[in-house]
Formats: sequence, structure tokens, C-alpha cells
Amino acid sequence: MKLVTAIIRETQLEAVRTSLIEAEITRITVSSVSGHGRQVREEIYRGRKVIPGLIPKIKIEVAVNDDYVQTTIDAIIKGAKTTDNGYDGTVGDGKIFITPLEETIRIRTGEKGSSAI
Amino acid sequence: MKLFTKKLSLLMGLLLLAATGTVWAGEGNNIDTGATAWMLTSTALVLLMIPGLAMFYGGLVRTKNVLGTMMHSFAAMGVMSVIWAVVGYSMCFGDNVLGGWFGWNPDYIGLRGIDTSIMEGGVPEYVFTMFQGKFAIITPALIAGAFAERVSFKGYMVFIALWGLLVYNPLCHWVWAEDGFLFNLGANGAIDFAGGTVVHISAGISGLVAALYIGARRGFPITSMPPSNLVMTMIGAGLLWVGWFGFNAGSSVTSGLSTAQALTATQVAAASGALTWLIVEGWHQGKATALGFASGILAGLVAVTPAAGVVQPMGALALGAIASVICYLAILLKNRLGYDDSLDAFGVHGVGGIVGALLLTFFIRDSWMEEAAAAAGGSWTVMQQFGVQALAVLIAIVYAAVLTLVLLWIINKFIPMRAKTNDEMKGLDDSYHGERAYGMISPH
Repeated sequence: MKLVTAIIRETQLEAVRTSLIEAEITRITVSSVSGHGRQVREEIYRGRKVIPGLIPKIKIEVAVNDDYVQTTIDAIIKGAKTTDNGYDGTVGDGKIFITPLEETIRIRTGEKGSSAI
Repeated sequence: MKLFTKKLSLLMGLLLLAATGTVWAGEGNNIDTGATAWMLTSTALVLLMIPGLAMFYGGLVRTKNVLGTMMHSFAAMGVMSVIWAVVGYSMCFGDNVLGGWFGWNPDYIGLRGIDTSIMEGGVPEYVFTMFQGKFAIITPALIAGAFAERVSFKGYMVFIALWGLLVYNPLCHWVWAEDGFLFNLGANGAIDFAGGTVVHISAGISGLVAALYIGARRGFPITSMPPSNLVMTMIGAGLLWVGWFGFNAGSSVTSGLSTAQALTATQVAAASGALTWLIVEGWHQGKATALGFASGILAGLVAVTPAAGVVQPMGALALGAIASVICYLAILLKNRLGYDDSLDAFGVHGVGGIVGALLLTFFIRDSWMEEAAAAAGGSWTVMQQFGVQALAVLIAIVYAAVLTLVLLWIINKFIPMRAKTNDEMKGLDDSYHGERAYGMISPH
């Protein structure tokens, strides 16, 4: 079992959710986060350009069985990579982290392991 | 602007003329401080409806579009006020030109000829023109609800400017100017006290046409599009209700009996509309929602807008309740048909306005009907007046729909009305305004 954590653009959440659902991965957790990366984002405040210290992002967490790791990664990349205007991805599209998952327990039944995912 | 007020002041003017032999029109009128004070208050109240509408609409869209949506209302305050001062007042309240298509009066250009003008009701003309100008602001701002979350800002700005000039101003002239052809339709005119046809039907129909022309939002109707902040929507609905007293009771352009009649009708219709929506929704869905209550307030207020001058409280109660049920059904039908009138500009304003303008016929107070009968030279029946109302509504629908479609088609050749896919996904706030509604400098 693996925990797939993806940090993506706020604007791509809709696309990532759609592609995950198409890949039949429907159990996800989404949260609003903010952080530093290489991306610089400008906002305008009374005619002055302002670069906020922290950029808002979306974090998606998906717990999957090993067989599904690649499918999940592919689906996330498909949705999160910005490919319009002729770009093949732009700085700020985000990252995916994969961590080993020691145990999964379904609260309602107490069942453990792969079947609880 | 209202029929019997005009008739009344005309009558008083004639009496004055007979009594003193002086010319009563123009600058010789004395200021009626009571009427002027109320009209100043009404003018401010109607302006308050526009930030109210901004909050109402802003709360209903997704977080990424809050500022862009509020800007639709605020930008209208800028665009329409400037146009109003330059040519709008002249086009609405000048004398018939081009076969009565709109009005024109060189004195009204730039409002330069009314510096010392006091109207026959004792109200300075500046107050009347500013009061009327607020109606010209809110009408295009209402349309924005139909194509919220996907319209380009530049396209919207050009659209409301042209729409104001070519749709609002002629309609306003037809219905409210003394030589307008709808003002003089039938025995005693088509009844549109405070803007059922001019404001709500025209905005609602144009919204529907624009929503169909621009197309649905990305992901509609599969993706859920939750309201960003219903608290703000409730505050907005409250401000609209309060502001509506200026809108309706101010439309008497006096401070007297007809003002009180309009004010009472407004309160009763809003309350019965809200309550009816709550009951219908509670019965149909099992929950009485806050947004439902707010929608009911609007349905009631919209329906009583054309009627406020001619119906008594129980008539207003019935109109509010009927409009609420029909608007509720219209929104159910919208979901069935699948077009994306995002914030129900047509469902509430278009449908509510049509219901109000037609059904008010059955609740007109007797004195008005007697006046109409006298004007018609004997008799004037409810069905005859219904015919007049139906014709006025039909003309407003056809004119607004056709002109809106033509305007959109032309503007789209130069400035795309539809936001680019990526801009729509990022949200209007970031794409067009470079800002975020909540937590701008340090997010969260």
C-alpha cells in the first residue's frame, strides 16, 4: 500500500478529479494548502505589483494498493499539467510524493490492510 | 414617472393655471421639500441595491469568481452613470425622435439644461434624473447573473454600455416618458409602476438570450459549483429588500398617499413571496433553505414592482405568493431543460416580472379602473387592460431578445464574450483582476 500525495494548482483540481474518476480512483482527500516553490505569482494591489509570500495550492491524498500506484500517478499528471497555449507544463504545476503506507483500517468494521482501502 | 401621479400633477397644474393664469411648467415651480427629501432618500436607497446585488450574486458563485462577479455590478455603476449623464437621460425622457424609437432633448445632453429646473411635482429635475439613473445601473447588472463565472470582463463592459443605449433607454422611453407609446397604450396606459417590463423583464429575457449564446460554464451540469458564501448572499438579499422601498415607493415621484400605497404593497409582496417559497421548498425538498427564502423575497419584490402603484395589500400578497410558486417551477424547469442561467436572472427576474406585469390586472384598485373608464369614455374592463399588459410584455420580450442577440453577435466579432478556457478555469478574479477575494497577501 502506498500513500500518493500530490500538490497541484488550485485551477487544476477540477481536471485532476475528472481524470482520477475516469481512472476509477474515487476515494480521495483534498485540502487547501499554501507554500513556497519555484513559481512566482503576481497580484495587483492599488496599482502596485505584489508577490505574495505563500502561493495557494491544493493537496490531494490518495491511499492505493501497489497495483494502482502508476494509474494514479498517470491520472494526476494528466489533469495537473498545464498544456494550453502550446506549453508542455509550466513552473508551478506541482509535485507528487509517494510514501509507503504501513496500515489502513476502516473505522466502521475494523478491517485492516488492502481490503480496507 | 407614474401614471396617476402624472395625471394628478397635470390636474393640479391645470387648476393652478386656471386659478392664477401663470405658466406652470418649467422653472417657476416651488420646491416641495417633503417630496424632494423622500426622493433624495429613494435615490440613495436604489443605489444601495447595487452593492446589495453584488453581494447577492457574489455569494452565489465559486470562490475563484467572487470579485469578478461583484465587479459586474460595481462596473455598471461606473459605465451606466457616465452614459446616463451624457446621453441616457436625453434618450429616456427627451421628446420622441425616429418615430418614437427613443427620446432626444439637446438640453438634457450632459444634463446641462436642467441646472435650475424644478419639476411640476416640486422636485428638482436633478433628483429625478439621478433617481432614474439608478434604474439604468441595476438593469444591466441584473443580466450578469445569467452568464456569471464565464463572461470576459472586456466583453461585458462593452455589452452593458451598448445594451444600456439600445435596449434600456428606448424601453424606458416607451414606458415612462409622457410621449412614449406604451405610456399611452389603451385607456390609461400600460401599467408599469417601477419597472416590471423596463427593468426585470428586459434584464431577465436578455440574460436568458445571453446565457444561451455564451453557453454553459465548463463542467456544467456535472461538476458541483457550490456557492462561495451564502452569508454574503443573505446580506445582499436584505439590502435589496431595503433598497426596494426606494425603487417602488420612490417611483411615485412624490411623498404622499401613492408613496404609502406602493410602500405597503412592496413589503407585503416580499414577505408573502419569501414565505411561499419556504413552504413550497419545505414540502418539495424536505428542507427550508436560506437561499430559498432569499429567492422568494426577490420573486415577490420583482412581481410587485410593476404593480405597486395599483394593487392593494391583499393583491400584493397574492402576487408575491403566485410569483414565488411560478419562479420555483421555472427554476425546476430550467434544471430539466439544462441551460445554464447560472444565478437565475431569467428564472426570478424574467419570470417574476412577466407574472407581475400580467397578473396585476386582476388586482387593480377600483379607483384606477374608474379613471381608465373615464379616459376611455365609458367603460374599461379588466380583460381590456389585460390585453394592454400582455401587449406591453410581448413588445418588451421581443425587443430585448432580438436586440440582445444582435448586440452579442456584433460584439463577439471584435471582443470574445466568452472567457478563454484557461481564464475560466483559473477564475475571473485572478484572470481579469489579478486579485483574490479572500486572503490576498497571505493566503489562509
